[in-house]
Amino acid sequence: MSFIEKISHLQLDILKEIGNIGAGNAATSLSAILDRKIDMKVPNVRIVSFDEMMEMAGGAEHVVASVFLRIEGDASGSMFFILSLPLAQYLIRQMAGDATFSIDSTPHAELALSCLQELGNILSGSYLSSLADFTRLNLYPSVPSLSIDMVGATISYGLLELSQQSDTAIVIDTVLVKDQLVADSIDGHFFLLPDPEFFDIIFAALGVAPDD
Amino acid sequence: MTDLLKGKVVKVGIADMNMIKPPHSIRTSGLGSCVGVVIYDEKKGIAGLAHVMLPDSSLAKSGQINVAKFADTAVKELVHLLVKEGARMPFLKAKLAGGAQMFQFASGGDLMRIGPRNVDAVRKELSELHIQIISEDVGGNSGRTIQFNLDDCLLNIRTVNKGTKNI
Repeated sequence: MSFIEKISHLQLDILKEIGNIGAGNAATSLSAILDRKIDMKVPNVRIVSFDEMMEMAGGAEHVVASVFLRIEGDASGSMFFILSLPLAQYLIRQMAGDATFSIDSTPHAELALSCLQELGNILSGSYLSSLADFTRLNLYPSVPSLSIDMVGATISYGLLELSQQSDTAIVIDTVLVKDQLVADSIDGHFFLLPDPEFFDIIFAALGVAPDD
Repeated sequence: MTDLLKGKVVKVGIADMNMIKPPHSIRTSGLGSCVGVVIYDEKKGIAGLAHVMLPDSSLAKSGQINVAKFADTAVKELVHLLVKEGARMPFLKAKLAGGAQMFQFASGGDLMRIGPRNVDAVRKELSELHIQIISEDVGGNSGRTIQFNLDDCLLNIRTVNKGTKNI
């Protein structure tokens, strides 16, 4: 039986807390960069099929900006910072100081993409370092990579490792930025997609017995 | 709107497969490193589409496998299902799309370069079954949504930045 089928409520709560701490720190970083208050929703830990995973990010064909990185070290997994296009445009305008930047006109300026990548770097870095502090594990991020494309095309990378073992994923989803930033329908997601071995390592590090 | 006139669109999810007969069409969305392979018998009017994620079922680490997930098992199973539904083995043709490299990583293991490996694996499996590849749109760094219909046996490919085309 795979781990996903026998996960307990306590373990789910712990994963939720991981999302809470990680994204909380990331939200603080973002808030400092933009000098604005950033909202964060209570994290959602869900056990989903691959298709449901796509739906969580708006559907396989929905176009988003995603910063993807691999977590390496004591435990491994994938992390995505997914931004709706209006939010990506807003953040690039803020960071690059270019109020005329438009996400719809391609190809995008190198600087704009670089800004977004760096933002993803900072935010996922603060997510990960708080997670590493919390668990006292060595976790470090790979250099992040950016893609502005369909959800299905990008998120499937985070499922590759997992898909060798299972047809479901445990995803820790935190909605980071809410409406007050610019307008409605703007959001950013943090998705943490642990590799299958991640769970035993994390729970052992936190002293939670497998059958708790 | 033309979709309404052409019957319904059968959707295939990730690591999934399905089949159609006219007037329906078959579609899968958001192919990145995954490969969408369409196998069809034009005269008999039957086509199948598989959305494969990984090149080889030997990568599977658990006993029970989803055959639609791996190139080798997906192509075999799809052909098996098509033949069971009346398709004739010697007349089967294929079109494929996908296998892109969505993210550029300086380092990273084999899994980060999975797109080209998926394409190779699908080609190899098709060639072993003597199924001719009529056309393909693979590689690059764009996500693709593909749709196939049996009226003209064209595979419509939509990308975010590079428009649409039929192959």
